[in-house]
Amino acid sequence: MKVSELIKLINGKLLTNTSDLSQEIKGGCGADLMSDVLASIQPEAVLLTGLCNPQVVRTSQMADVAAIILVRGKCPPKETIDLANAEGIPIISSPFGMFELCGRLYQAGMPSLESPMDCEGYQCDCE
Amino acid sequence: MTDNHSKSSRIVTDQMAEYISRVEELAYEIKVRDAMGSNPKTVRAEMTMRECLDLFRQARISGAPVVSDSKKVIGILSIEDLILCMRDNQLDATVKDYMTKDVLLIKDIDPLVDALKTFVNKKVGRLPVLDIEGNLVGILTKGDITRGLLKALQQDYHTEEVRRYRASHLFEDIESDRTSLILRYNIKAGDFNRGGAASSNIKRALIRLGANPQIARRTGIAVYEAEMNLIIHTTEGGVIRVEIEPHQISIDAYDYGPGIKDIEMAMRPGFSTATEQIRELGFGAGMGLINIARCVDQMSLESTVGKGTRLRMKILLQEKTSFSEGHTTG
Repeated sequence: MKVSELIKLINGKLLTNTSDLSQEIKGGCGADLMSDVLASIQPEAVLLTGLCNPQVVRTSQMADVAAIILVRGKCPPKETIDLANAEGIPIISSPFGMFELCGRLYQAGMPSLESPMDCEGYQCDCE
Repeated sequence: MTDNHSKSSRIVTDQMAEYISRVEELAYEIKVRDAMGSNPKTVRAEMTMRECLDLFRQARISGAPVVSDSKKVIGILSIEDLILCMRDNQLDATVKDYMTKDVLLIKDIDPLVDALKTFVNKKVGRLPVLDIEGNLVGILTKGDITRGLLKALQQDYHTEEVRRYRASHLFEDIESDRTSLILRYNIKAGDFNRGGAASSNIKRALIRLGANPQIARRTGIAVYEAEMNLIIHTTEGGVIRVEIEPHQISIDAYDYGPGIKDIEMAMRPGFSTATEQIRELGFGAGMGLINIARCVDQMSLESTVGKGTRLRMKILLQEKTSFSEGHTTG
């Protein structure tokens, strides 16, 4: 799905002006913890998040995120938008919440680009 | 390929849309003299309109400044004036009867955006360009602006290509027994807003050096986690030192305190000493060191409470992903 099509699907508002809207998005990932994003996201995904600080853009840049969706109509500070413009990563604000947005994207055929946690490899204490 | 049709019928393609904001910037950077046509054809007030008609036809122009003996611009003659004259059947009349006397002029050192504004606000097709002494040095049309901007965009693109090309040959061009490139960044404690700037520069440097995207991504993520650790957890910040060699990338992130009490604990997924405030910013998930371990080939963490912490990471570049070949393989 192209970024431009994605914007329509989520009633989104594009907040950046340097981004390539014809870029293809391969799937999605939703998280509010940046380390979770860095740990699980695969390249060329759209990142759904409720966080608005510049670190969202830095995280996206490091993890080769194709676009950022801010859930629940969030409006990021200027530094975040400036950084996104400098790095050419589109930021889209959508009025919908995280669950609704994940559902919409999934229904439109967008796969998850979150690698599941490999608990055994990390000797998790969760049992 | 039904998409192709709709693409070609669009006035502004997506590719162009991407360039538009850069074009806006360029419109401020580029001066009129970089885009104008120099040595413009001129006409004189006493020439007949017939002579001008022949000149316009032969030179394939649609307008020309009218100049005096002292080479000052005193008017402008456009194809509309010629049409008007032909309608009146007055081709033997002189230029001074048909030319426009109130000429809009522009200086060669003005930014291109000024010319654009004039073209938008006034109904003119061309602007004579003067130097500081008021001499005619060129002429600017809307077409010149488009061409000037496109040329500059191409150069822009070319500059990044040249940078990449040069950087990617760095290791081949310099002969030594062991060549390496060292990048150093001082990281301030608590400087959350600038957090990631060093990692960003490191990733960009690697791409310019011709590293493949996976290597650049792995290094970027590992360094970013380390950089955020320095910002969040240290008392007085620290240093990130990256040494790039043709066969490996070694990263050293060190600080002078407070040190980690229990390294084994720190390495556990989900364990974090970050404050609530840091968590609200999206960090402190207790996954940082785990992430780093996942991204790098070798990692070691030493820490002494009260003294500081040193995190060393290494990413090995296999033959096929080495810098010298990164360029040729794409």
